[in-house]
Amino acid sequence: MTVGNLIDSCGFEPLNVASPDREISGAYSGDLLSWVMGRASEDNAWITIMSNINVIAVATLVDVSCVIFAEGVTPDEETRKVAKEKSVNLIVSPFNAYETAVKISGYINE
Amino acid sequence: MSEELIFHFDVDGEDFTSAGQASVQVKKNLRRLGISPEIIRRVSIAMYEGEINMVIHAGGGVADVKVLEDRIEIVLTDHGPGIKDIDMAMQEGYSTATDNIRTLGFGAGMGLPNMKRYSDTMKIDSTLGVGTTIVMTVNIQ
Repeated sequence: MTVGNLIDSCGFEPLNVASPDREISGAYSGDLLSWVMGRASEDNAWITIMSNINVIAVATLVDVSCVIFAEGVTPDEETRKVAKEKSVNLIVSPFNAYETAVKISGYINE
Repeated sequence: MSEELIFHFDVDGEDFTSAGQASVQVKKNLRRLGISPEIIRRVSIAMYEGEINMVIHAGGGVADVKVLEDRIEIVLTDHGPGIKDIDMAMQEGYSTATDNIRTLGFGAGMGLPNMKRYSDTMKIDSTLGVGTTIVMTVNIQ
């Protein structure tokens, strides 16, 4: 499943999609950034409600395939600008973290 | 004899939002050198945690990343308050960060444990009122 396909399949909003063809492998949900850095894996889809600029650094360092903001959370202009510069895929889900995870679970391989 | 390659960074203690610039840059530099992605991931995450710690607790500091033949060495130096109890600080979940820091998603008490997790060796030298130096190495396979 690619990031582009996931957006289409789940009805998410693409906020910054630099690489729609990027493959997703597994997912991780969490808001504490050090937990995400310690536990999330490369190519995961990362579900979070945290939307400050540090999220982009963490997404870059862990090398997740995309960040899915749950609950319709939308990051500010500066964060979106940095995401664009760093080619980080950002998606907005209208659902909460649990519902988002349930929704994508049918599409993502571990 | 192979040449030693060093990347030097000043970590700004005032600007919390720019924290991570050094580690993202290191990631780029190591990628150019052809270091394997898994090694790069470990080095850059360990370094980012160190950077964040220096911003949160020490008002900034300096980071030096040395690329040696068999390992990458990260040296983080600050002149902050020092770590009172290193054993406590190494425990997952222990943090002295403020609520303000927590709202940004940090202060989970996972910084030092993550640095240890992602490095092959880690040495902490801290003196109260003087500062802290942390040396981490990640072996290149």
